Amino acid sequence: MSTVWIVVVVVGALTVGLKAVGPVVLGGRDLPRPVLSVVALLAPALLAALVAVSIFGLGRDLVLDARVVGLVAATAALLVRAPILVVVLAAAVATALTRALA
Amino acid sequence: MRESSGPSLRSSRVRALGRRSRDGSAAVSRATASRCARRRFEPRIVIGSIALTADNATPAPAARTYRDGVRAIAPIAPMAAIFSASFGVLATAAGMGTVAPIVMSATTFAGSAQFAAVAVIGTGGALAAIGAAGLLNARYAPISLTVAPAMSGSFLSRLVQSQLIVDESWAVSQTGDGGVDRRVLVGAGTTLWFCWVGGTVVGVFGAELIGDPERFGLDAAFPALFLALLVPQLRDRFAVAAALLGAAIALALVPVSAAGIPIVAASAACLIGLARR
Repeated sequence: MSTVWIVVVVVGALTVGLKAVGPVVLGGRDLPRPVLSVVALLAPALLAALVAVSIFGLGRDLVLDARVVGLVAATAALLVRAPILVVVLAAAVATALTRALA
Repeated sequence: MRESSGPSLRSSRVRALGRRSRDGSAAVSRATASRCARRRFEPRIVIGSIALTADNATPAPAARTYRDGVRAIAPIAPMAAIFSASFGVLATAAGMGTVAPIVMSATTFAGSAQFAAVAVIGTGGALAAIGAAGLLNARYAPISLTVAPAMSGSFLSRLVQSQLIVDESWAVSQTGDGGVDRRVLVGAGTTLWFCWVGGTVVGVFGAELIGDPERFGLDAAFPALFLALLVPQLRDRFAVAAALLGAAIALALVPVSAAGIPIVAASAACLIGLARR
């Protein structure tokens, strides 16, 4: 088996396992109370981390580039309660324009 | 801009359909439904219907449908398709051929890990590629824990449906109490899966047509979606603190750790929930 297929198969199996572990092991059961109060905060913690890293991260560097303009545009769209499609497009267009003009 | 006008039009039509087609299964209490579903552990399983079985537990108050999931993900689905097309382009350019990238999109189905594997495979070899992708996907272990209560049904049904978990489908299916709405997750995840695999096929075979996705600002579109989904999560001081702490942990670790670790470590921020009694 070539390197490429080893990677494809192993990464695929690993990811299937990671995604399945909760539903397959605990599926349908309610989580214990202390666990529940912890996982309830997983969404805000992970979403904020994803926003921060995908806006400011570039490899191992923290940078300010055109993506920040996109983040500002998205925040502005959210402040005027625009629908998600508008928020997403505002970020993409603002970032693309900044890159085109820079 | 043009790619998105189609799905947004379609989504308003889907919304109208979704209102009409609510079924009565929400009347069954969640506990009863999940108990029944767990007992039905028989070998007689039709593969084609697994992802869309409609008799699993659903949170009773607001019954949401698979179409709600499709509608919720419509704004980001075209971007995911373009993003995965660029994965196809890069993977083929990195010498992965045409079939392997498509198989990877269908099975791994997780953007950042696939890009990382492609970036590393040429220089670092198989072990480095597997390690990078594994770290990037490690967040799916805690994420899948939050999905567990919503997924009952047979072993195979849970296994297959859990594969539709990606950041975006998980984020749009949040119910607000830490859990997810299974149908929204399955509807959104299935839509994304077809966009993701279809985009990869286009990228693999139509390489030159795509160009650099950063030209369209796509790399800012995904964080914008996550931000839009984060805001309604910030209902109390604990949620705000978890968000700030999560972002701070992630940013602090970016310069000193391999890709993926900052996001996994950020999930530790939710431990402040232990202080809430």
